[in-house]
This record gives sequence, structure tokens and C-alpha cells, in this order.
Amino acid sequence: MTDNAVVEQTDTNAAIAVLKEKFPDAIQDDTREGYQGIIVDKNKLVEVATAIRDELGFDYLSSATGVDYLGIGDHLEMVYHAYSTNGGPALVFKAQTPRDNAEIPSLIDVWPGADFQEREAWDLMGIRFSGHPNLKRILLWEGFNGHPLRKDWKEAYYEQDHKPFDSRWPGGHVYRAEERNVYGKNVAYPDDLDLSTLNDVSEESIYSGMGLGVSVQNLGNSEHLQTDRLIVNMGPHHPSTHGVFRMVVSLNGETIESLEPVMGYLHRNHEKIGERNTFLHNMPFTDRLDYISSMGNNHGYALAVEQLLSQGARWTPPTYRAEAIRVLMVELTRIVNHLWAIGFLLNDLGAFFTPALYAIAERERILDFFEATAGSRMMCNYMRFGGVFKDIPERIKSVANLVNDMVRDFNTMDYLTELINERLPRAVDELDQFLTDSEIIKTRTVGVGYLPPEMAIAYSAAGPLLRASGVPYDVRRADPYSIYPELDFDVAVRYNGDIYDRYLIRLDEIRESIRILKQILPRLERTHGENVFGPKQHTPRVPLGEAYGRVENPKGELGYYVVSAGDEKGPQNPWRYHVRAPSFINLTALGEMCKGHKVADVVAILGSIDIVLGETDR
Amino acid sequence: MSELDLRELNNTEFPIPADMQGNVAITSLSKLYNWSRRSSLWPMLFGLACCAIEMIATAAARYDFSRFGMEVMRASPRQSDLMIVSGTVTKKMVVPIVRLYNQMPEPKYVLAMGACASGGGPFKEGYNVVSGIDKYLPVDVYVPGCPPTPQALIYGMIALQKKIDGQSLANMDDVPWYGVGPAEPAPVPILGPDIIDPRQMDLIRRQAEMAAAGKTFAIRNLPEPIKVEKAAPKAAAAKAAVAATDDPAKAERLRKREEALARKRAAQGQNAPAAEPAGEAPTPAQAAPVAEAAPAEQGGKPKFDKEAMMAKIRAKKANKG
Repeated sequence: MTDNAVVEQTDTNAAIAVLKEKFPDAIQDDTREGYQGIIVDKNKLVEVATAIRDELGFDYLSSATGVDYLGIGDHLEMVYHAYSTNGGPALVFKAQTPRDNAEIPSLIDVWPGADFQEREAWDLMGIRFSGHPNLKRILLWEGFNGHPLRKDWKEAYYEQDHKPFDSRWPGGHVYRAEERNVYGKNVAYPDDLDLSTLNDVSEESIYSGMGLGVSVQNLGNSEHLQTDRLIVNMGPHHPSTHGVFRMVVSLNGETIESLEPVMGYLHRNHEKIGERNTFLHNMPFTDRLDYISSMGNNHGYALAVEQLLSQGARWTPPTYRAEAIRVLMVELTRIVNHLWAIGFLLNDLGAFFTPALYAIAERERILDFFEATAGSRMMCNYMRFGGVFKDIPERIKSVANLVNDMVRDFNTMDYLTELINERLPRAVDELDQFLTDSEIIKTRTVGVGYLPPEMAIAYSAAGPLLRASGVPYDVRRADPYSIYPELDFDVAVRYNGDIYDRYLIRLDEIRESIRILKQILPRLERTHGENVFGPKQHTPRVPLGEAYGRVENPKGELGYYVVSAGDEKGPQNPWRYHVRAPSFINLTALGEMCKGHKVADVVAILGSIDIVLGETDR
Repeated sequence: MSELDLRELNNTEFPIPADMQGNVAITSLSKLYNWSRRSSLWPMLFGLACCAIEMIATAAARYDFSRFGMEVMRASPRQSDLMIVSGTVTKKMVVPIVRLYNQMPEPKYVLAMGACASGGGPFKEGYNVVSGIDKYLPVDVYVPGCPPTPQALIYGMIALQKKIDGQSLANMDDVPWYGVGPAEPAPVPILGPDIIDPRQMDLIRRQAEMAAAGKTFAIRNLPEPIKVEKAAPKAAAAKAAVAATDDPAKAERLRKREEALARKRAAQGQNAPAAEPAGEAPTPAQAAPVAEAAPAEQGGKPKFDKEAMMAKIRAKKANKG
């Protein structure tokens, strides 16, 4: 089912003019080199944001993140990217606050989707959001020392601000970081550490967030719990939380009264490491965000940095073949991801692993192709700024799939043609046939986990979650990139907003992806032999400025906010590297979706959002 | 021992009556015990990060590790033998991991899957990343890779099976779970300002006391650039050059340079006599005899003589013919 929405795009410059007229004192243009958008006086931020949402039609808050400009203005800055669900470019607005006692009004009343993003900014950047009802640490634990994304905060294994480190290059004298640490571990304690009063408060705050007003110490005491409500911990070790995700659920009988997502169990400091890395260094790290769809992550990051590079003098955009290969890879990734998501949704419904085995069978064929092209099954590290690092090979040698100890050998184009025209459609039809009309699946999923369209937009939901609620918003069409404008495909939409529709929309999207792939094949034939990687710039000097590159990843809108600042000549390292992770922001609505359902449905609702923890926690 | 062949087992020093052959098998208790354990390794259904996806792929139809008796993934630690630490261990997650390990019954094994679990991997420098699960738990097998392919994981698990095969009931160190009393649980870390390992409490306290007393304490040894001693190899190279060269003019030049270097070193030695060991700077007088003697006597490796070698080969061929 698809929808040809009439796209009525909003003009950003006209919108800014309207805003300036309305709030003459509170708004000024961001005139820094390479920056865009407006800087809003933080005292007027809520009013301006309300006007942006209601009067100008930028109803979708894509990203909200903080930047620490230590040494360049010495302030903290919140950067918001608002889009219209009708499509079009972003309205970027910013609010600044001094580094000491940093405080900015919370936008949670305007966009509830700012909830987790503001908590993350508090956790990592130390910006306090006045008016936020639940401002706790989200990725780290309560009691952690400091706010790590501030530029003056140094980790235990700190070596230098920027890579490549002097010790490694050019001499190559590597030592183990453990040997340089007193404790032999990745730890550092503050000077005023008092072990006598040390108690672990990381758990207590989680339960106080339930609004129960009970402390952990009193939980076992019957005097303080005079209710039938029960708190159940699901995760971080739970077979159906898709990784190390944790939900603290308050139950009345079996009905859910409230649900608090607890995350950060896979918080591996992407953004801090990303600021130490060079721009190119970050490419393999993006693979490990959404580790099921690494090609899509590569694409988003490449787009963001290419936006910056295109401002510079020495820049040649990717060739047509490079773009075609990128789309080929990304759409194959989308199929892998959706097959995986459907298989494991069935797992969550109790059909333990048999549907998943069927669903991920064809995945191996696609991974063989990735391995032959990029050298790795999952972590492809394939795209570069200005193309892809290697053309697709002439032949695929499938080492993993030995038959009679013989390595199987295929012609790549034949292999792809068979895969795209026969095997993948067959696999989708098979899933469709087995699952779509299944009585059990319908009973478990129809009407469960309903997310109305207005709420989906307000909560900044993205991807299949948003489109299954009847909002035809797909970045490939709304804010086109690469060669998508010339490709013929529809934006899949479903209207019921329940688990069943989220399952169906994934089938739809696989079919649309196959449709795109069929159009890519002749383009690959046509451009055979064309260069795929123009400028051989391995450590590019990136012009100053900011960029927000976003792609429609299988899980939703994946955005990279990259700031290039500091070095006048054009730095090699990003000043700020932020990932707008769809899995993370889609979880904001989880609590609302689960309210009133049974505890067994939580697992299925979570499965239908399709999160991956590498991206949620980063 | 990897296969338990019943016919093999009947070939023993003990006489088995003819009518009982095929019905009785004789083996050692250790072998039987290990055979049953290694053939039913139940891993815990426990994924951390990217590697978990490859672990699932290993369990799926194409690679199918149930061929080796490892397929029964248990969600409960109480039923598992093997913990596959499949992914980055963060400080926040290591607390539940250690608790889960403590809940597993003996005998239990830990397999560190991938670069992160083995030593921190690409995320090692991160402030929330534990540089390898072996900082908190004993690891039996490390599988490198990022992520390891399914083949690599199966290889790692077969390595663990081999390890089990090598254990003996007769050796108490191999089977400590039959010892007296309950086993000591692994200490569960605490989430303070940073993660605190209870085994390091004393060290942390001592450092904190030093800080309170105002002493500079090396809580964080910032790395210094490593200085490479280049003098010694240079001298050796110069010596070798003197020894190797045939051209008299070149040898003379090198000898003069060596002399100058020695004078310079001697001058430095007067300024700081303790720093320089006496034997390090060879005088030209010492160096010269070595240069002469080297090719003839000590020589080490004789110079490759192509003619002689060809003659040898020809002689061999002639012998054959």
C-alpha cells in the first residue's frame, strides 16, 4: 500500500523572515563561516519553537544535540533540526548558554521527542534543561563523575586530543594503555573520592523514575508497599530485548501501568572517540552503530562530510557509478535488516527461532556479496568521501559455502540478477504466505501497541514506525539524496499504527527495495568500468562549518551532525560528531505505546520498533 | 582424544569374554566424563553487541553449530556451561555480566568473542568501555575478529572442547568444582564515580589517602613519548659497514667517522661519566682487528658462493643419473 502525498515544501528563508518579524529581539542569523540557521535567545526558546512548529509547519524535530565550543566562544550550544513532514530542507535553530551552570529551557512540551535527546545532552554535555520532568542520566549511570563530551573532560586512557597519536605515527611505538594506568584498567577516580560513603546509587534513581516514591532499600518492606503493583525488570540480560536493553515495568496484575526504558549498557563512546578520530577514521566506527545495516550508516556519514567538503575548492562529487553502487548496497542492507526484523519479531511473539531461520537464510547470500566486495560480512567500511573504496568484483568466490570442498565461484552480475529477480522476491513471498494470514500472529498483533500519527510525529518517531502510523515521510523522497530522485519507487505507508502494520510495512519496503534494485542493475551494466573513487584524499582537510547529513536507514532517519572547527586551515578531526540514532529516538514513544497492554506484549511492541543497541547507546 | 570409538574401547588389557564383546565397553571415567561434557556445551543465550549477530548466524542453518553439540542456547545462566561474551563490555554492563557468571553452575567456561571482549577492541579508549572481560572474569578461549566470522567462532568452541578433553578427574586443579565448600564468587564491581573493582579497594583507598595528604599521586599516568635509543644500532651499523666494505678509500672514510664519533662520545663521557658505559664506544684500534678477523674466522654466515653451490647440485644430479 503506498501513498502519493502532495508535497508542499516549506521555504526555509521565508520561514526565518517570518520568525524575525515576530521575534525581532530574540533571533539573529548564525553568521559563523559555514554555519546555517538562526540563533535564538534562550529565554524565548520555547515561544520560538512553538511558532516554528505551529505557524511555520516545521512539525518534526529531527535532532537536538549539544556542542561544546571551548576555546571558540566558550559556550555550550544546543542545535535543533526541525523539518516539515511534507518534506523539504531543515530549519536549524540554536540556543547558547555559558559553560558554567549551563541551562536551557526544555522543549519537551513542544516536541515530546526531545525527551531522550535532552537527557542525553544533560548526561554527556552537562546542559541542564529547566522544565524537563525527568532529567536524569540516560547513557551513563547516576553518580558518574563529570560530563564526558565536554572538551576539557579527559578519559582514563587519554593520550592526545587528536589522532593520529604521536606515539603511533610515524614511529609506531605502541604500548598497552593498561600499563600506563595505576589500576591496570580503564578507570580514573576524582581527587575527592570518599570510599567510606560510597554507595551505588545507580539503581535507586531508576526506580524513583517510576513515580512510585519508593527507594530500593524499602522495596522489600511491606509497610511501604501497600499496593498490588509490582516492579519487573526486563533486561539487560533478556533473550528478547534485542541486546542489552532494559525496561523497568510497573505492573498492575499483568497490565502495564508505566514503563521506563533504561539504556546505556552498550554505550561505547562513539561521539567522544569520534572527536579524537580523523574524519576518515570514523567511517569504520559508523559500521558498528547499527551493526545489521552498516552500509546505510556509511552512506549517512559520507553524505554529512561530503556536504562540508563540497564547500572546499578541491572537491569532485561521486561518479554516477559510485552513486549507483551506494544505492545498491544500501537497498540490499535494507532487505537484510527487514528480514532480520521480521524474523526476530516472530521470535518475540514466541515462535522461537524457526521463522528467524527462514527469514535470515537469504541474508547469507547478500553477505557473501558484501564480503566479496568490501572484505567483511557485516562491518563493510565500504564508502569513502567522494565514492566507494572499490568497485564491485567481477566474480564472487563464496569461501564460506564450500560444496565438496570446492570454493563456489559466481559471476557477480549473474549472481546479483538471480538474487534480485528470483531469490529475494521468493523469500518475501514465502514469509508473506506463511505469516500474514496466520491466526496467531493476527491475534497477537492487530490493535496492539497503537501509535497515532500525531503522536508519532510529536515523538520524532522515524522510519517504519512513523510510516506504519500513516505518515508518508521517507527521507529518500522528502529530502532526496544520491540518485533516488530518478528512481521509481513508492513510499510505503500503512495506517493502523499497530504491530501488525509495522510487520506489513517491512514486507512492503522489501518489495520497494527490490523494485529499486531492479532499476539499479541496468545502471551498473551501463556504467561498467567507470571510476568509483575520484579524489584520493585519505585525510581530507575539511572546510570549516557544520553539516547534517541524513539518510533513510532501515530503522529510520539516521542523521550525522558534524562540526568542523578549530583549525583555520581546515581541520582533520571533527570538532563535534553526533549521531541522530533512529533506534534511540524511536524508543521515546515506547512507554506510551505499552501503557495498558499486557506484559507479554511489551516484548512484541519492542520487536516491532526494531531497535539495535549499538545505535541506541552508541 | 576426540572420538569415542566403542571398538577401540574393547581393545584393552582386560580380557572380555567373547559372548560379552559388543555389550561391554571399558574406558576411563575421565574420558567418559569429558566426552559427555564436551559434546553438550550449552552456551548462554546472551548477546552484547555486533558479535551477537554473528553468534546467531553461527547458530542458524548455514553454519549450524549444533553439529558439534553446542546448539542448546539457554537463556538462564543456571542451565548454561559456557558464557560467550559476544561484544563490547561496558562498565555499566560488566556488573550484570559478573552476576550472571556467578549464577552459572560449575563447571563453567568463558569464551571472549571478538576484539572488544578480548581487549577492548576499537572502542578501548572509550570512557565507558572495559578493556577486555578478562579484567573481571577468567577467560578460557579468545576468538579474534571484529566480528569473528561464524567459522572462527566454531573454531574457538572446538578449541574449548579440546581443552575439556585435556582435563582429568585425577587432577584436582582440572576439576576444582569437586573441591570442598562452595567456590569463591567473582567479585561484583561497583558503579561509583567510575567503576570500582572490589579487589582493588586497597589500592584505590591508598591513592585517595595520598590525594588527601596533598601528595602528587599517579592516578592517571599521562603517556610520555617513548624515546628510542638510536646510538647503539648506528655504531653497530658503522662497524658492520667497516667490516663489509672492500673499497679502501671508503673504509678509510668510515674509520675516520668512527674515530670522530668516539671522540665526541668521550667528551660527553667526561661531562657525565656515570651515564655512559665504558665498553659502548669501541676505539678504532679495537674495531680494526675485528674488521679483519670477521670474514676469516668468526665470520658467522659464510658468503654465498654461487659457483660452489652449482657444482654441488650438478654432482647430486650426476649421482642420481
